Amino acid sequence: MSDWLSPEEWTAVRLSLIVATTAMFASLPLGLGVAFLLARGRFWGKSLLDAAVHLPLIMPPVVTGYLLLIGFGRRGPIGQFLYDYFGIVLSFRWTGAVLAAAVMGFPLMVRAIRLSIEAVDRKLEDAAGTLGASPAWVFLVVTLPLCLPGIVVGMILCFAKAMGEFGATITFVSNIPGETQTLPSAIYTFTQVPGGEAGATRLTLISIAISVAALFASEWMARFVGRRIAVE
Amino acid sequence: MSPLIEIAVEHHLGQFKLDANFTSNGRLTALFGRSGSGKTSLVNVIGGLIRPARGRVLVDGEVLVDTRHGVFVPKHRRRIGYVFQEARLFPHLTVRQNLLFGRWFAPREGRDSIAFETVLDLLGIGHLLERRPAGLSGGEKQRIAIGRALLANPRLLLMDEPLASLDEARKAEILPYIERLRDEIGIPIVYVSHSVAEVARLATTLVVVDQGAIKACGPTAEVMSRLDVAGLSGAAEAGSILEAEIVNHDTEYHLTSLRTQAGLLQVSRSALPIGGHVRVRILASDVLISLTLPTGVSALNILPGTIAEIGRTRGGAAIELVIDCNGASLLARLTAKSVAALALRHGSQVYAVIKSVSVETS
Repeated sequence: MSDWLSPEEWTAVRLSLIVATTAMFASLPLGLGVAFLLARGRFWGKSLLDAAVHLPLIMPPVVTGYLLLIGFGRRGPIGQFLYDYFGIVLSFRWTGAVLAAAVMGFPLMVRAIRLSIEAVDRKLEDAAGTLGASPAWVFLVVTLPLCLPGIVVGMILCFAKAMGEFGATITFVSNIPGETQTLPSAIYTFTQVPGGEAGATRLTLISIAISVAALFASEWMARFVGRRIAVE
Repeated sequence: MSPLIEIAVEHHLGQFKLDANFTSNGRLTALFGRSGSGKTSLVNVIGGLIRPARGRVLVDGEVLVDTRHGVFVPKHRRRIGYVFQEARLFPHLTVRQNLLFGRWFAPREGRDSIAFETVLDLLGIGHLLERRPAGLSGGEKQRIAIGRALLANPRLLLMDEPLASLDEARKAEILPYIERLRDEIGIPIVYVSHSVAEVARLATTLVVVDQGAIKACGPTAEVMSRLDVAGLSGAAEAGSILEAEIVNHDTEYHLTSLRTQAGLLQVSRSALPIGGHVRVRILASDVLISLTLPTGVSALNILPGTIAEIGRTRGGAAIELVIDCNGASLLARLTAKSVAALALRHGSQVYAVIKSVSVETS
């Protein structure tokens, strides 16, 4: 692999995989929580929360990136807080790329999980309750396993979106090789310099390969999980 | 001793108003009524699936709901088993895991008060353990649902029309298991049904529910032969129940004699031994009335009695009457014309001619 790809290209591929995987796992707990709230909760401002979650899906990615820059930049209110109290810097770091990717993938993840939670038969949860399971246990041993296919789909969608994320990432954390230059940014850079077609083509092929692999993986996992919980 | 179940609740569900109170000590208390009468809402209140607007629910002396004092024990802390109309097995678990689900959450002491093997034997489900619910028949699923509820070690078992979604053959398959449950395991049962046949066969205490209120509550035979209840169960099914003891078998004519409070009855040969106890049901439409002891009739069972109560016509020609036969109540349906022709009134001496008797308990 390393003699076919230049070290810079290899770095971009690796960084992309790390950023997308981290974004997927980091947003999973919050995604589950928000999906559960939206599917089951009855509270004031529910449609507001719903709109906020979906915003990155509707807004131009550059706008999302710019908002992240304002909020999470070194001088942004949240960015400053994170730096002062935790020493965390997001802007122009790979962690910022993770944040951008996670924000963009979040609505897709929440949507998939929410739909699967809504599809879980509440009667089964009632039955579990009469058998002595507290609400927390019911969630862990009945609801969660039953919506596993939706969770898998949500994770894969989030991963795929994170792999392809460009606009918000480049606006928020720029395009620094080795730090924030993910696959799409690297391809974009190649297309901007003369003689970069070969590199762009190689990275494009890798992009396609990763996407197809992710698709197959999700199909396989969804089928595996689905077979185990074939509904009566 | 405080009664096993004591309920007095008020609750609104949309237009429907539930306003019910009853107490029961029965081994199997049947909540009987038409569909939509509020039976299921009532068991949901007992099980903790509905939080009533007002009232109290006590089981085994423990206050589960008392709205005046803000008490509401959540369903997972009630230790009340619930067998639903549909089995509601967990599709992602095997039969074994389904059965052991409740045991996991049961308090450690008394967790093994019912042995796993006992339940498998009782319900005949030992061969299904490694299967998944998706591949099972309706009857098998329902038996596993019963086992699952039992193994959670409940102090009361609720059954909401557990046979309603099954065909006749499957019903016949499960009924004996419920009888064994009632007689062999010491857990009291509250059983919801709209079928007179099921109630007649299973119930020790009968609670009649109509439009969200309790119409009658008491020992099954007593409640069944009340005229107002007969109206609820519908013309085809109204009838009375008598407890009976087998006194002898007649080999020549293949008949069995039964001793009941009302008198001796002869029915077709039963397989049960002499001294065995059965329950017989006599439909109101199978009883004729004669003013004198009839001779030259084919009916084998003729009991003397007095008219205890005469009902009112419900628009049609038929009238139901209660005949007091030596303290047992027998329900009869006649036409209003016959009642007038025989000049029947309260206290008239009559003979009840019984066309057929069905033995309900095997």
